[in-house]
Amino acid sequence: MVEVNLWSGLRAFADGKDVVEVDAKNVGEVLRGLVELHPGLEDVIEAGVSVAVDGKVIASGLMEEVKPDSEVYLMQQLKGG
Amino acid sequence: MAFDEVKTVDFKVVGQRVKRPDGMDKVTGKAKFGADVVAPGMLHAAIVRSPHAHARIVKIDTSKAEALKGVKGVVTRADFAEGLSGGNLDVLENVMAGEKALYDGHAVAAVAAISPLIARDAVKLVEVEYEILPHVTDVDKAMGADAPVIRAGTADKTVPEGMHANVVRYHESGHGDVDAGFVEADLVIEDSFKTEATHQGYIEPHACLASMGEGNGDLWCCTQGHWNVQKLCAAMLGLEQSQLRVTASEIGGGFGGKTAVFIEPVALALSRKTNRPVKLVMSRSEVFRATGPTSSTSMDIKIGMKKDGTITAGQGTFRLQGGAFPGAPMEFTAMCAFAPYNLKHVKQMGFDVLANRPKQAAYRAPGSPMAAFAVESVIDELCKQLGLDPLEVRLKNASAQGTKASFGPTWDRIGLVETLEAAKAHPHYSAPTKPGQGRGISCGFWFNHGGETSVTLALSEDGTAQLSVGTPDIGGSRASMAQMAAEELGIPYENVRTTIADTATLGYNEVSHGSRVTYASGLATIKAARNAVKILCGRAAAKWGIDEDAVVWEDGFAKPSGPNAGEFDPIPIDKLTQSMGRTGGPIVGHFEATPEGAGVSFATHIVDAEVDKETGQTKIVRYTVIQDAGKAINPAYVEGQFQGGAVQGIGWALNEEYIYGEDGRLQNDLFLDYRIPVASDLPMIDTVIVEVPNPGHPYGVRGVGETSICPPLAAIANAVSAAAGVRLKELPMSPPRILAALDKQANG
Repeated sequence: MVEVNLWSGLRAFADGKDVVEVDAKNVGEVLRGLVELHPGLEDVIEAGVSVAVDGKVIASGLMEEVKPDSEVYLMQQLKGG
Repeated sequence: MAFDEVKTVDFKVVGQRVKRPDGMDKVTGKAKFGADVVAPGMLHAAIVRSPHAHARIVKIDTSKAEALKGVKGVVTRADFAEGLSGGNLDVLENVMAGEKALYDGHAVAAVAAISPLIARDAVKLVEVEYEILPHVTDVDKAMGADAPVIRAGTADKTVPEGMHANVVRYHESGHGDVDAGFVEADLVIEDSFKTEATHQGYIEPHACLASMGEGNGDLWCCTQGHWNVQKLCAAMLGLEQSQLRVTASEIGGGFGGKTAVFIEPVALALSRKTNRPVKLVMSRSEVFRATGPTSSTSMDIKIGMKKDGTITAGQGTFRLQGGAFPGAPMEFTAMCAFAPYNLKHVKQMGFDVLANRPKQAAYRAPGSPMAAFAVESVIDELCKQLGLDPLEVRLKNASAQGTKASFGPTWDRIGLVETLEAAKAHPHYSAPTKPGQGRGISCGFWFNHGGETSVTLALSEDGTAQLSVGTPDIGGSRASMAQMAAEELGIPYENVRTTIADTATLGYNEVSHGSRVTYASGLATIKAARNAVKILCGRAAAKWGIDEDAVVWEDGFAKPSGPNAGEFDPIPIDKLTQSMGRTGGPIVGHFEATPEGAGVSFATHIVDAEVDKETGQTKIVRYTVIQDAGKAINPAYVEGQFQGGAVQGIGWALNEEYIYGEDGRLQNDLFLDYRIPVASDLPMIDTVIVEVPNPGHPYGVRGVGETSICPPLAAIANAVSAAAGVRLKELPMSPPRILAALDKQANG
């Protein structure tokens, strides 16, 4: 299981939790796992998010590896100017 | 990234200040920008724009315009695709108004004629009947209970209950307990700040030429990302993406403002309707009124500090208006605000607010400069009141590898401390200031980005290389790409030609944004070159009859890897490419992937400002930029990015602002009234390149294009406040605002 940290504004869609445990081996499975556990997160995830895995911000790579002891943060989708 | 893929020493071409290959064409007028493209039988287009900030479109009568001699076609919203939703619908609504005009300058119709003059005359003949609605342009007023609702039902589920319908998105992040942190502090300062919208101010107005055929088309335009243009235009015209080929022209500045589309779908619709090529070029006034400036902001900051300079807690509320559409980058404002500091207790909240203004577009590190202005102003005030050195306080609290970012994750290798130490050691920081002058410093942060990237490197028979990339060159990237290719191939820089390929030539390339080009296209170039080298080694191995792994590539030669591989004379690249048609075929290296290792970047700026207390005029007398570049591929262009960010920041801090009248119309839509800095306004911008390698790039590159605009607003505000003897809390710090602050201080 992987602990996924949500930004605090998402607690409202995750039964008040800011850390959710999902069974995942990569970023795509993290996102699917979050939606399965908390369907209220689907709109936010579909709108686009980044995932920080051990300090590395994954903007779009669903196949990026996630380990059980990885530090995982859901983040707003990154873009720039 | 595997250790053996990383190269950090012994560069031969990388790190050199080579001349840019496009330089001569650009200074002699030979380069083709958006407005320079022509086609036989071409028509000229002009756009009918709303003179009202908010109005229902009751009726559009185009008959008189269509009857004018020389007019070949008129389009309205009815000529675009129906059934779009989400972001595509928002873009279309902005490109061509539907039921309502949402801001002064919003497009409502467009005309194509045989000359620009006739097109402009025809615009005046399009009769639009409006029902004028109440409007709002200020972010705080747009959130007020009595504000008109601009687009009902736009808010998403993140918005807390009870907020006005103009609040369309909400972000909250942080960690710890800020209230407990404030209790630990010896001094807590809470204050509010505002910044006005500013335009990216690129010198080249948007321009394009569209040519539609039977279900397919070609588009030439100035853009930061032609694949994105292809995708959006195909959606708005109802085309298959592959049937629209988009070619990027040279680009006269973008800074984020050319990551969107404004006129391109209109030119395509007119071309489809008239069956002729259609050219559309914006005037400067149209650029100001109808393309994307950055957001204006209203911000509340609260920070606690101990007497020894330890920051105990930080909290920020950031309200950004992004025009009449969702997308103001409030989440980045919130996430960047406290990023330079290692805080136990931090909380940041962001609100995305609609207003009757043009749809905001990205502008260099979108959202971050405003956050730095507010947060770094309060830190400066805390240092002042506690009698602490502002640089030492920043060093004491600086984020570093292993500390927790204000937005959550644990930092990897970052270079903030190195920029602060370089600032401390710089002669600027210890030089005395003259009477009437003040010094300010600030840190700034930006994430940087990777993104989808596709590159091809083809070797020619003579051993030179043709590199095709898909990221428009907005900052000298062709030179940097050629340097990286030359480094890998072991050939002279001049032997690589870099071309910006069109959408039919390469796989998808994300927009040139997020300071991603030197990182992502650079990484792709290195990998493509290594793939080509592998083929070259294979050809040499076949010639020598040894295993491919027994061949190494050094300085443009294939060589046996050691005595055990056998004794063979090294083969130069041109000998291998001369015979490539007979030894296996053309030699081409590819790279198609989405690099995810973009390293973040920090900067520290030092500014000296002089304020004339009689006139309120400010002069920047000394400016030093210190920034982590990871690895500077071409130091001259890195320094140019540093200087450019500082200069745009000076304009944003001191003069630039969107000024709306009571009628909701933009009052200063020309460079005469919207004053960007010119050379005579500026001192030489000194630069220091710090190189803390990014572990996610083969050479350690970090993006540098955006971070340089993050600290200036704050650093200048701190310098001006010190010089004026009063804290400036609203940008721009124009003479009237400085005089008003001085007057308020004098009169209590």
